[in-house]
Amino acid sequence: MAETKVKKQTAKTNSSKTKKEKTQSIDTQNTTNKQINKTENKNKEVKTKDNLNSKLLENNKITTNVNETKTSEINSNNETMVSKQMESSLPQEKAKKLDSIIKIKNVTKVFDGVTVIDDLTLSIKRGKFVTLLGASGCGKTTLLRMIAGFETATSGEIFIEDQEVTDIPPYKRPVNTVFQKYALFPHLNVYKNIAFGLKLKGLPESLQKQVEEFSQNEKGIFKFFKVKHYARKLKNNFILEKVKKALKMVNLEGYGYRNINTLSGGQQQRVAIARAIVCEPKVLLLDEPLGALDLKMRKEMQIELMGIHKNLGITFVYVTHDQEEALTMSDEIVVLNDGVIQQIGTPKKIYDEPANAFVADFIGQSNILTGTMVKDFTLKFLGTTFECLDKGFEKNEPVDIVIRPEDIDVYKEDSKNGQLEGVVLSSCFKGTFFQMEIETQGYQFTVQSTVEAKQGTKVRLGFTPNGIHVMKKLRSINEFIGRMTSPTTVEFCGGEWEVETTENFEKGDAVKVRIGFRDIELMDDENDGVIGANVTQSLYKGEYNQVQIYTDTDEDFYVVTTDDWDMNDRVGVKIKPNAIQLEKFIEAEEETKEDEN
Amino acid sequence: MKTKHKYKFQKSHFAFPYTAISIVFVIVPLLILIYYAFTDRYTGGFTLNNFSMFGEGSLWITLGISFLMAFLTTLICLVLAYPLAMALCKINVNRRFILVMIFVLPMWINSLLRIYSVKLLFNDFLGLETGFLLSLIGMVYDFFPFMLLPIYTILSQMNNSYFEASTDLGANTFKTFTKVKLPLSVPGIVSGVLMVFMPAVSTFAINDILGSSQYWLFGNEIYFWFQKGLYNIGSAFAFVMLVLILISVAISSALNKIVDPRSNKVKKGEAL
Repeated sequence: MAETKVKKQTAKTNSSKTKKEKTQSIDTQNTTNKQINKTENKNKEVKTKDNLNSKLLENNKITTNVNETKTSEINSNNETMVSKQMESSLPQEKAKKLDSIIKIKNVTKVFDGVTVIDDLTLSIKRGKFVTLLGASGCGKTTLLRMIAGFETATSGEIFIEDQEVTDIPPYKRPVNTVFQKYALFPHLNVYKNIAFGLKLKGLPESLQKQVEEFSQNEKGIFKFFKVKHYARKLKNNFILEKVKKALKMVNLEGYGYRNINTLSGGQQQRVAIARAIVCEPKVLLLDEPLGALDLKMRKEMQIELMGIHKNLGITFVYVTHDQEEALTMSDEIVVLNDGVIQQIGTPKKIYDEPANAFVADFIGQSNILTGTMVKDFTLKFLGTTFECLDKGFEKNEPVDIVIRPEDIDVYKEDSKNGQLEGVVLSSCFKGTFFQMEIETQGYQFTVQSTVEAKQGTKVRLGFTPNGIHVMKKLRSINEFIGRMTSPTTVEFCGGEWEVETTENFEKGDAVKVRIGFRDIELMDDENDGVIGANVTQSLYKGEYNQVQIYTDTDEDFYVVTTDDWDMNDRVGVKIKPNAIQLEKFIEAEEETKEDEN
Repeated sequence: MKTKHKYKFQKSHFAFPYTAISIVFVIVPLLILIYYAFTDRYTGGFTLNNFSMFGEGSLWITLGISFLMAFLTTLICLVLAYPLAMALCKINVNRRFILVMIFVLPMWINSLLRIYSVKLLFNDFLGLETGFLLSLIGMVYDFFPFMLLPIYTILSQMNNSYFEASTDLGANTFKTFTKVKLPLSVPGIVSGVLMVFMPAVSTFAINDILGSSQYWLFGNEIYFWFQKGLYNIGSAFAFVMLVLILISVAISSALNKIVDPRSNKVKKGEAL
C-alpha cells in the first residue's frame, strides 16, 4: 500500500515538473528576446564592443538553459544525468529515496536546564508544505532553527538529503530561511538584498566553462584582468537575471532599486521570500513569516505563498501558532506541545480526527469531556449512552471525547430528537451562526447553530455518531523507568518503593513501572510518603479531581482522588506495593516503536 | 473683529536657552576669530599678512605632524576599540555594564591628572623618553573611550537576526563580518573617528607634557601666538585649523553615505 502511494506522488511531481519546464522555457524565450533588443541597441551605440556583446548574448542563452536544468536537478535529488538514468531503471528505489528530505532522529534540545524539544523524531516528505503548529513556547521555532543550523541539538541527529547536518554550520546547509522579522539588510537595497546569497556562491559550472574558453582565446599582458572582468560581467548578468525572476515571482517588479526602509511590511516580507528562494534551496524554512502583517495582507500572502510553493516544487517547512493559517496552507501539519509531537496529519485529518484532547482543544473550538467506552461503538458520558464510530478500546476504558460546536444539534424542549436536556446560558450572533453556551448536567457545551434558542430556554441536544470523536486519554497510566535495588524493592523518581511481584527480577535490572491514577495516595505530610512532590495542577472532573504532581526528579504523576488539593501544595506520595506493576524494560524495543510512529 | 494673538508655548522653545548659549560662546567668538584673522594688528584694516607664515615650509611640517599624530591616534583607537566592543557585546548583559564602566571610568578623572600619570608611569618609572611615541600613547589613552562608546553602542543595538540571515544565505563568519557587521557599524565608526580625530588634531596640552621640544603640534603653535598676545596671527592659525577640520568632517560624512542604500546608482533606462 505505502509503496503505491509513494509512486503516485512521484508521478504527480513529475507531471508538475514538466509543466513548469514548459512555462519556464517560454519565460526564457521572452527574456532572451529582450536581451537581443537590448544588445542591439548597445551595438548601435558602441560598435567597438560588438565582440563582447555577442559573446554575452550567447552566454545568456546558455545560462537560462542552465537555470532550467538546475531546477529540474533540484527536483531530482541533485543527481547527475547519469545517475538519473540509473534511477529510472529502478523506480522503486527512486521512490524510496525521494520520500523524505528531512529526517530528525531523537532530537532533544535543552536551554538552561529547560527541555524545549524532547526526544523528537520526525521526517518531512519531499515537496510538501509542512507546518509546525503549536502555541508559543512549544518548541516549534527551536526545531526550525535546528534545521536551519542556528541552534545545535543537545542530542540526536538531523539529516537533510540523507546527509547528517547536526553539527554543520548554517552556511553549508542546502536550506534557506525567511525570518519572522524579515532581517533584511538595511544597508543594501532590494536588489542587493536578494543578490546577497548569489554573490557569495561561486560561478555556476557552465559559466566557468565560458570563462575558460574566453581565457584560451585571450592573449597579452592584461589577460588576467581581462578574464577577471569577463567573469565578473558574466556573473553579474547571471545574478541580474535570477533576481529579476525572483522579483517577478513575489510580484515586486520595478522595486529592485528601492531602499528597504521605504517598503511596507508586506513588501519587505516579499523581499525576504525572494532573497531566500533565489538561492534555490532544497528546503525553504519559514518562521512565522506573516506574523507581523495585518489580517487582509496575511490572507493575500497565504495564497501567494501557496502559489510560490506550487511553482517551485521545493519543500516548505512553515512555523506558525495560527491554526487557521496552518489549516489553509499546509499539505501536512505537525502539532507540537511542550517539545513533543502530538499529531501529524493532513489538515482535514487533524481537524476531524484529533489524536488527543490537546490537539482537539488547539485546533478549532471544541467541547472536551471524559467518558467511558462501554464496548465497541458504544460510549457513555454524562450518564447517557451514545453510539459512536470508534472501536478497539478496552472494555470500560476511560477516554477523552471531543465534540465540535457545529456538530451538536439543538432541538426544542418538547422534541423527540436529542439525547440530552440543557438550559441555554447565553446566545450570541456571529454572522453566519449563533454561538450558544448550553449547560447540561454540570457540563457547559459550546454550540454553534443556525437556529437560535433564546437565553434561559430549555433545549434538547442531539449528537450524531460521526460528530463524536473518541480519543485515548493523554495518559491513562503513570509510567516510569526504574531500576531494581533488590528483588522486592524498585527505585524510581528519587525514591525506593516496595513491590510485590511474581516475576523474578534481579538487583540492577531496568524495569518499566506502571501505576494507575487511582492507586496513588497523597499525604498531607511529606514525611508520610516515600517521596515528596508539588501539586502543579488540579482539575475537577465531576465526580473526582485529577491532580498532577511534580516530583523533585522532574517527573509528573497523575493522581485521581476525591480530596481537594491546591496548586503548589507539598505532598507526600505513597503507593501500595501490590499496585506497582513491573515489566522488564528493553531499550531497543522502545526505539522501534517510536520509528513506527 | 480681530482676536488678540495669544502667546503659545511650543516644543521648539526649549531650544532657546541653548541657542542663547551658543550665540554668546560659539558664534560671536567665531566671528571675532575671523575678524582678528583678517585684520591688521595695528591699523585694524583688512589684511592677509597674518597668513604669511604659511608660506614657510616649517609650519606645514608642524601641520603634517599634527595630522599624522591625530591620524595615528584615531587609527590605533579604532583598531583597539572595535574588537573590544565586539567582545563586550558577546558578554552577558548584566556583567557588560560593569565592564563598559571600567573602560569609561578614566573619563571621570581630570584629563591633566591622567596625562601626568602616563608620564609618571612611562617616563619616570619605565624610562621611556618624552617625545612623539609617548605623546601618542598619552593621546590614545586619553581619547580611547570616545572611540569605544559609539562603536559599542551601535554594535550592541544590532539585531542578531542580520547575522543569522547572512550565514543562512551562505556567508561564513568572515564574510558575515565584512558584508554585514562592518557596513552596518559604519555610523558608529564615523562618529567615533570624529570624536577622536577632532580633539586630537588640535590638542596641545598632552604634547606639552609628554612630547619633546624637537617638534611642535599645530595646537602648540596656536597656543604660542595667543600666549604672546599676537591674537591676529593666532586667530589666523585657528581659522586654518577650523577649515581643515571641516574638510575632514565632510570626508567622513561622505564615507557614511557610501553605506546608505539611497546612494546606490540606478542604471539609466533600467528598472528592476
